[in-house]
Amino acid sequence: MTEKKLAIIATKGTLDWAYPPFILASTASALGYDTEIFFTFYGLQLLKKDLTLQVSPLGNPGMPMPMPVPVVIQALPGMQNMMTMMMKKKMKSKGVASVEELRELCVEAEVRLVACQMTVDLFEFDTKEFIDGIEYGGAATFFEFAGESDICLYI
Amino acid sequence: MADFDRELDASGLNCPLPILRAKKTLADMESGQVLHIIATDPGSVKDFEAFAKQTGNELMSSGEEGGKFTFMMKKS
Repeated sequence: MTEKKLAIIATKGTLDWAYPPFILASTASALGYDTEIFFTFYGLQLLKKDLTLQVSPLGNPGMPMPMPVPVVIQALPGMQNMMTMMMKKKMKSKGVASVEELRELCVEAEVRLVACQMTVDLFEFDTKEFIDGIEYGGAATFFEFAGESDICLYI
Repeated sequence: MADFDRELDASGLNCPLPILRAKKTLADMESGQVLHIIATDPGSVKDFEAFAKQTGNELMSSGEEGGKFTFMMKKS
């Protein structure tokens, strides 16, 4: 079986959107794909050792809520923390892996994790806060791998 | 009498953990050995079929008993 390649661009830094890149990359690796994730803009948050990802119902009318909550109430202080806690609790009760666990599985499976150098500089991220073993590169670095990929996803 | 070499209980785990755990367990097994997998994730039924097809490991059988899904997978 010749090795297929999967290239993912992760652009979002919320708890919910942290899942698709790590689920797909870890699964692809289990299926024998050579996999790379390129983290850019808010996606860089997914590389921090200490993940403090949150979900927000604001601007997201599709988020299932246990009860209808008016938008102005959603914007109150503490609501985002509460929603995040509720989401994490629900995920745990349903046997959904944590983001940390899925990321660790990606690292174990040797998924290549590339941080966008330009956005690291733009937002003045401290690279010491990132997990070990990641690479840094730009658009051309991404295309070096993505240009030969069988599947390319923008998340 | 067990007709498998290893067993993996992935009960309570959700996508993609059953597949990832199975992959990890298979990695420690010899070619031709059989892994018995137990899962509760209904999505795992199609997923293990797809996993077998793409990895070349043989899904010898799959079934359901009392809300649990079971699979026999032979390592390629």
